[in-house]
Amino acid sequence: MKKKRVNSSTFLLLITIGLFILMYAAGMIIFKEKGFAKPQMFLNLFISNAGLIVIGCGMTLVMITGGIDISVGSVTALVCMLSAYAMENKGMSAFSAVGISLLIGLAYGAVQGALVAYLEIQPFIVTLAGMFFGRGMTAVVSTEMISIKNELFLKWANAKIYLPIGTYNKKGIFQQAYLYPTVIIALVVVLLITIMLKFTNFGRKLYAVGGNRQSALMMGINVRKTIFLAYLLDGFLAGLGGFLFCLNSCAGFVEQAKGIEMDAISSAVIGGTLLSGGVGTVIGTLFGVLIKGTIASLITTQGTLSSWWVRITLSALLCFFIVLQAVIAGAKRKK
Amino acid sequence: MKETEKKNNTIWKRLTRHRLFLPIVCLLVVLLINVIKTPDFFSISINNGVLYGYLIDIINRASELVILAVGMTLVTAASGGQDISVGAVMAVSGAVCCQILSGGQVSTNQFQNPLILAVLAALIASVLCGAFNGILVANLHIQPMVATLILFTAGRGIAQLVTKGQITYVRVDAYKVFGGYIGSCPIPTPIFIAIFIVILMTLALKKTALGLYIESVGINGTASRLVGLNSTMIKFLTYIICGLLSGAAGIVASSRIYSADANNIGLNMEMDAILAVALGGNVLGGGKFSLAGSIIGAYTIQALTTTLYAMNVSSDQLPVYKAVVVVIIVVLQSPVFQKYVKSRKVKKEAIRMLEEGK
Repeated sequence: MKKKRVNSSTFLLLITIGLFILMYAAGMIIFKEKGFAKPQMFLNLFISNAGLIVIGCGMTLVMITGGIDISVGSVTALVCMLSAYAMENKGMSAFSAVGISLLIGLAYGAVQGALVAYLEIQPFIVTLAGMFFGRGMTAVVSTEMISIKNELFLKWANAKIYLPIGTYNKKGIFQQAYLYPTVIIALVVVLLITIMLKFTNFGRKLYAVGGNRQSALMMGINVRKTIFLAYLLDGFLAGLGGFLFCLNSCAGFVEQAKGIEMDAISSAVIGGTLLSGGVGTVIGTLFGVLIKGTIASLITTQGTLSSWWVRITLSALLCFFIVLQAVIAGAKRKK
Repeated sequence: MKETEKKNNTIWKRLTRHRLFLPIVCLLVVLLINVIKTPDFFSISINNGVLYGYLIDIINRASELVILAVGMTLVTAASGGQDISVGAVMAVSGAVCCQILSGGQVSTNQFQNPLILAVLAALIASVLCGAFNGILVANLHIQPMVATLILFTAGRGIAQLVTKGQITYVRVDAYKVFGGYIGSCPIPTPIFIAIFIVILMTLALKKTALGLYIESVGINGTASRLVGLNSTMIKFLTYIICGLLSGAAGIVASSRIYSADANNIGLNMEMDAILAVALGGNVLGGGKFSLAGSIIGAYTIQALTTTLYAMNVSSDQLPVYKAVVVVIIVVLQSPVFQKYVKSRKVKKEAIRMLEEGK
């Protein structure tokens, strides 16, 4: 029987999944009294991070091609702000808000993709400019916070899907665990992107371009078009993720989703996506997001630590994984 | 007639080909807009014994940016990437400095510890930040921007940790010197600090071979290693210098507001610093660099910022204009675009020669 070899990318993915289970189990043991073991607590991880999961998927695609996108946070802020503005100040319907969100995402993806793929400018610089542009445009639309009161939108935002599991509270009343539609959308996106990466022509091209641009070119792959499409898809997913984020927060303001690009990048890196490109899975990113969510809820449940500990812990974790990747890459080079 | 035209042409060509041509033109354009908008732009008066005016304000406010741009230029030249943690390192340095001066209290009216100790500690803290970035980039070969992303997010958290989440005030006149005025000197101190650092760095780069080493490592790291340069060490050194300069900028910035505001010191400064380097005609992919260009770039950006403020653009909306400027510059700089322009020129030349041949 042929023994299946564990290569470095599956090794990284396994570390991530193991780390997540370890952290969650530790949380369940330490904070049992505070309800960490309830199924709803686990589902809340998905509910509060649905937007981030979708954004992380887009980020993974771009990172597989060897690029990066740090504009996603400000795209989210812009999407939330414009949706809120369209519905509250212009009286548009909730459906038009969906359209606006996706169009903004596509426009961002197209412009950034063209600059990166066809003009060969460093992705970091392009998306850094995109990040500042988005944040600034949000302030141009309105510097005041706009909360959304559109009936249909709120109906979407509060549509709970009850699951057949739950717990009894102190009074002995059965409380059903629930999910929001945003979670379903996010999981469908993860599934679709996984299928696309594994089984379609375009998915394989992404890996080829990220792995070695030169040999991909020699294989007859249209490298520029592939990179452009990756950014286009990433922009679209950022728009969609922004809309899910909006459903979660029901408001638009300038400082919204600040630093979410960092969360998305670190989730992808923690999930085993290589910064140099060519390696990565969306499933890994999903677990990366869940780890980030677990850290956040562990720190809020603990109660006495301030919120910026989330950032510091996450950065330390990111640093650990980046160094691990570098060490693995160094070992490979020596071989 | 034709002779003089030709001569003019060559002078014009030599002028436009000079590396500092574009940066200086940019600065002049921004200043020109100001002159048209506000005629008293260049007037400098003396109020309460200090110089006062738009121009002084721009030069004064640009000091931190100039200091940062010097460090960013070196990092860009040696490693072909940018350090995006400079703003966060500024916050860390400001926090360390103020926290030591106040002796752990939220507000203080006299130094609890000597000033020199606080300044040294702040600079050491920022050198450590630079060393952290340097190890990741030089020794572990991680892309510069991703490596510095770690401190970009963690830095402000660390600064909050140092100040225990509060804004530490140091209400002592001796501390306000760095961001204010020395005695009755009418010129703001930050200008002196910026000039001092620029002269120091220029001497270090020109009088020793350091500048040459940095350029050669940036152009081809492997080749410079083969001729005997320790390219890892040189890259590491540029990050240390960048960290140190960010720390100095952080002290100036915190002295201006005589407090350590971890959330706002150096906010968005990394973008301005990168923009200054790009505006100065430096290639963001590394290699040859021009310190003078970056410094002119830094003043241009501050002039632009002041102009936009004068035109009642709010600070939240400012990034839109800067982002547009960045995109225009990088597109003009991109090799693909330049190749396109060149091929257009060659084509035109060919057509002209064909027609003349007929």
